[in-house]
Amino acid sequence: MEIVYNGNQDSRLYKAVIGETIDALMKEDEKVVWLDADLRGCSGTAGKEGDRYINCGIAEANMIGIAAGLSASGMKPYAHSFGPFASRRAYDQAFLAAGYAGNAVTIIGTDPGITAAFNGGTHMPFEDMALYRAMPEATVYDITDVPMLIDTLKKAKDMPGVKYIRVPRAGSFQIYADGSSFTPGKGVVLREGTDALIVASGIMVKEALEAAKALAQEGIECAVIDPITVKPLDVDLVREWAQKTGVVVTAENHNRIGGLTSAVEDALIGMPLKFGHVAVEDTWGEVGPLDYLRERFDLTCDHIARVVRELRA
Amino acid sequence: MTKEQVKKLQEFALEIRIGTVECIKSRGFGHVGGSLSVADLLAVLYGEVMNVDPSNPKKEDRDKLVCSKGHAGPAVYATLALKGYFPYEKLFTLNQPGTDLPSHCDRKKTPGIDMTTGSLGQGTSTAVGLALGDRLQGRDCRTFLIVGDGEAEEGQVWEAAMFTAAKKLTNLVWIIDWNKKQLDGYIKDVNDPGDYRAKFEAFGFDAVTVDGHDVEKLYEALTKKAEDKPIAIIMDSVKGKGVTAVEQTMANHSMKGGQEMFDGWLAELREKQAAMKA
Repeated sequence: MEIVYNGNQDSRLYKAVIGETIDALMKEDEKVVWLDADLRGCSGTAGKEGDRYINCGIAEANMIGIAAGLSASGMKPYAHSFGPFASRRAYDQAFLAAGYAGNAVTIIGTDPGITAAFNGGTHMPFEDMALYRAMPEATVYDITDVPMLIDTLKKAKDMPGVKYIRVPRAGSFQIYADGSSFTPGKGVVLREGTDALIVASGIMVKEALEAAKALAQEGIECAVIDPITVKPLDVDLVREWAQKTGVVVTAENHNRIGGLTSAVEDALIGMPLKFGHVAVEDTWGEVGPLDYLRERFDLTCDHIARVVRELRA
Repeated sequence: MTKEQVKKLQEFALEIRIGTVECIKSRGFGHVGGSLSVADLLAVLYGEVMNVDPSNPKKEDRDKLVCSKGHAGPAVYATLALKGYFPYEKLFTLNQPGTDLPSHCDRKKTPGIDMTTGSLGQGTSTAVGLALGDRLQGRDCRTFLIVGDGEAEEGQVWEAAMFTAAKKLTNLVWIIDWNKKQLDGYIKDVNDPGDYRAKFEAFGFDAVTVDGHDVEKLYEALTKKAEDKPIAIIMDSVKGKGVTAVEQTMANHSMKGGQEMFDGWLAELREKQAAMKA
């Protein structure tokens, strides 16, 4: 895996990438169908014409049920809404009509966690991964960058079951080279180190790399792993590097309950090591600019570095 | 319809009722009231209306059934068994460990079940998805959706109804089993949705009220061609229809009893069957 992170913002917006990728998939496969809940303007699909773009209006539960029925008829549905409505609002439908009933549906929840920013606490899911992790056979992605998003959208098309993809709409930092290919359940070691392991997903991958860089200047060498899928988690990889380092810190834009932190804790049960986390401390979201929210919820590279230092002290 | 066709469907409906009771008897309890209320509907659908092939249950251009009131599973199972989707004896495995026939319909387990249902309201949206998928793929077939009248208290039902009418999904036929009762009593006393027909008409359906136990009227309504509006059939039915003791029991959503109780019900049904054949 080629890592190209250089600290510069990617000029591509996630939402534009979603629109372009789905459009290409529609041209390639006549079974692909896109469902939205009055948020086509937020998913990059606005203005794209055709009867396979279906606007369900503001009715997310109905949308996910329709997606399940479309799958049963042989179509390959993608359904989008903001994270809280793609998870909490439509969870029973995703759980039963899609998952339990054996229908293949890709669900895209945009603006996860603090990236909901100015939409505030009502739109700020810190629990979406917890919900989808608790769904048997579901695959849960916390998108790290544009190449991962493109590859994930393409591969989800022909994967069985429920795929939940949480991804911001705005900009990102490129970590992986364009054209990179990812495998669900297979994590990526972004950096090797023997003093601590940071397991980070989504927007926290960049923060983890910055923390590792800062700690290296102090002589603390951190390994950094991006799990790619929070479920299934690459348990073998996490345990291997936990064994090598003895200190493990998770970093996620999510409640510490039920998401990456919980998944990694589960994977490490019984191992003699020090464990810490950088995550939302079981509290509600709130409104504000992204930079403010990073500090408000301690989702920063500085905080990751602080937790690593404290565990090693 | 000819007299022979009518008689055949009435006989089929009786067989479905017998199969339903035998199915529930095998476990000793089950959702008998709402199963018996749809027996005539299922007889007309599977006896005359639907284009299905029991030897090829997944045939893509088949007509499909979504029994959104998934607890009517025993009636659907009896119908499918009688049509040859699986051996009749399988009916006696209802809710046994490892069974293919759970209380609520499951598309992964039972041949002929087109959609998993049970969480009320959800079958309405999945039926929309099936019908929409068939339309997108150019298939000339219809999806029939059975919704409980109590189930219509779920908001999702109206989200799906709105979508059906707004997108002119004329290959989806809605059927409301208006049997007037739900688990806790009469619908009018629990949380009355009001005039179903007026509501569907207001959404943009071509809505009609039909006697749910008159196979001829059901056939007429189910074979009517939808023009620019989807069809909604408000099926005026009796919960527990066909078995006097069930009809007369107020709490007949799910009933439990000894073998003698079920044998009494079966005796009444078989007496009717014999009279019909005489």
